[in-house]
Amino acid sequence: MRPGAIKVFRTRLSIGALLGFTIVGINLAAVILAPVIAPYGQADLVGDVWAPPSAQFWLGLDSLGRDMLSRLLYGARTTVSIALLITVCSFAIGIMTGFTAAVIGRWVDIALSQLVDAVMAIPTLIFALVILSVLGTSVPALVGTIAVLDSTRVFRLCRAIGLNIVVMDYVEVARLRGEKLWWIMSREVLPNSLPPLITEFGLRFCFAFLFIAALSFVGLGIQPPIADWGGMVRDNAPAINFGGLAPLIPAAAIAQLTIGVNLLVDWYLSIHSRPHGLAA
Amino acid sequence: MLLKLVGYRLARGLTTLWLVSLLIFASTEILPGDVATAILGQSRTPETVAAIRNSLGLNRPAYIRYADWLGHFVRGDIGKSLANQRDIAPEIRERLGNTLFLAGIAACISVPLSILLGLLAAIRHESFFDRLVSAATLATISFPEFFIGYVLIIVFAVKLDWFPSLAMIDSQMGFWARLDAIALPAATLVLVVLAHMMRQTRAAVLNILGHPFIEMAVLKGVPKWRIVLEHAVPNALAPIVNVVALNLAYLVVGVVVVEVVFVYPGMGQLMVDSVAKRDVPVVQTCGLIFALTYVGLNMIADLVGVLSNPRLRHPR
Repeated sequence: MRPGAIKVFRTRLSIGALLGFTIVGINLAAVILAPVIAPYGQADLVGDVWAPPSAQFWLGLDSLGRDMLSRLLYGARTTVSIALLITVCSFAIGIMTGFTAAVIGRWVDIALSQLVDAVMAIPTLIFALVILSVLGTSVPALVGTIAVLDSTRVFRLCRAIGLNIVVMDYVEVARLRGEKLWWIMSREVLPNSLPPLITEFGLRFCFAFLFIAALSFVGLGIQPPIADWGGMVRDNAPAINFGGLAPLIPAAAIAQLTIGVNLLVDWYLSIHSRPHGLAA
Repeated sequence: MLLKLVGYRLARGLTTLWLVSLLIFASTEILPGDVATAILGQSRTPETVAAIRNSLGLNRPAYIRYADWLGHFVRGDIGKSLANQRDIAPEIRERLGNTLFLAGIAACISVPLSILLGLLAAIRHESFFDRLVSAATLATISFPEFFIGYVLIIVFAVKLDWFPSLAMIDSQMGFWARLDAIALPAATLVLVVLAHMMRQTRAAVLNILGHPFIEMAVLKGVPKWRIVLEHAVPNALAPIVNVVALNLAYLVVGVVVVEVVFVYPGMGQLMVDSVAKRDVPVVQTCGLIFALTYVGLNMIADLVGVLSNPRLRHPR
């Protein structure tokens, strides 16, 4: 630990971790308080198209003359909450199937693993585009598609961790006691696999977040007029040809949150250094 | 023995290819809503849906349509677009060429550059340069492709006016004119994959540098650069090739977003437009081509990994 690190939560925080906490904290504040702190509504036309930043409009106006700062705050709401929803769903699916495969083993494990391997052989973006061409781009379709595709990665991790845990004596004892699958999964396997899962949650959140931003950017994600960061980049892209920086503001917003979450994950990893199962 | 091993890996790769085609076909089959409803949109009635299904041959059982679709795909005859009833094949061929050109140029720059920089970082382990590499990695992982793309446009197209901001190319352009047109999208792709490849190369070489035979070479007084080049690199070849293939495969996906940023007439742009129009046959074809490239590259990496490892070549 470097000297000059600051002590919070009984552990010393490095500069990186502190930065991570600050960034994530500010973003969470924006998500929760958007309607309270945003100076204007997300769809209000308040001035000239691409007006430069001023005292009245801190970050300038966008392609239709809406306040950039307000849309950024509302966009945080949409993008972050949808990414969070996707991550939670994919973890629910991945943890259930992964631990089931590990605990039951045999043909259940083989069947699930084969299916997951086949899905993982296709790049997620490509597969998602194929599915979305059939389902259309509604928010439930987006969340469902990405959650299912991303849960394959969670499955792999959970299965690997689970396999290390189910050979432990206490699981053997639970089985001899006659405990059911659900009890073994929730009481024995899950609590013992939390550190690597929490790390993975942060990384998968970043992935879902960048993914939804990329989809919105190509016009297949969250549809207007709802503000979201990827879509804002797309809306403001033409400003670039006049030397405007408007599309960079939401793009930078996307980058800063990803960096913040990554720094937090690094910090978490450094205190729970190399939990078992991580190498798998 | 080696032939058997390679044959086994090849068979596994081909099985994956087949499974991938099955998955892509099945995912458009089992989901609610089909091509017929997609064409008609809101104004559909049960009668019109039935008529369209009939004329497209959607009433036949799924496995026959799958065999039909795959057979046509293999012969390069992909069918008609739903949006404009034109043959898809010529357009896909042209766009695939454009995409391969862009991704190929990006690969030609990023692969040698990242391996070189990765080796430098490994030789000068824990130096300032090394730290710079890890900071740059975090940055490029976090910045979405379009952020890098727009920064490059602002700096090199708008402020400096060195390159065009939109990558317009057509078949009449010569090689150098094309190269000029795709300078910025290629640079974006290079930046997207560079840091990751560099970092993995560095990690693979550093991993080998921890082995006893390297210590022996150090004790003999071999200079550091020769240790890395002659002792470490041949042993780190398999992981490096793996990383290169993985990142080339990543290029296949990254190219979709980058093409949209620069309005480049490639496969990615076509696929995105077709998803918006819900033109399922075009999406299926593009998806299959992207997926096959991806799986194929991974298969090659797997084979090179086997061939470059003497212990796998001569199993006891």
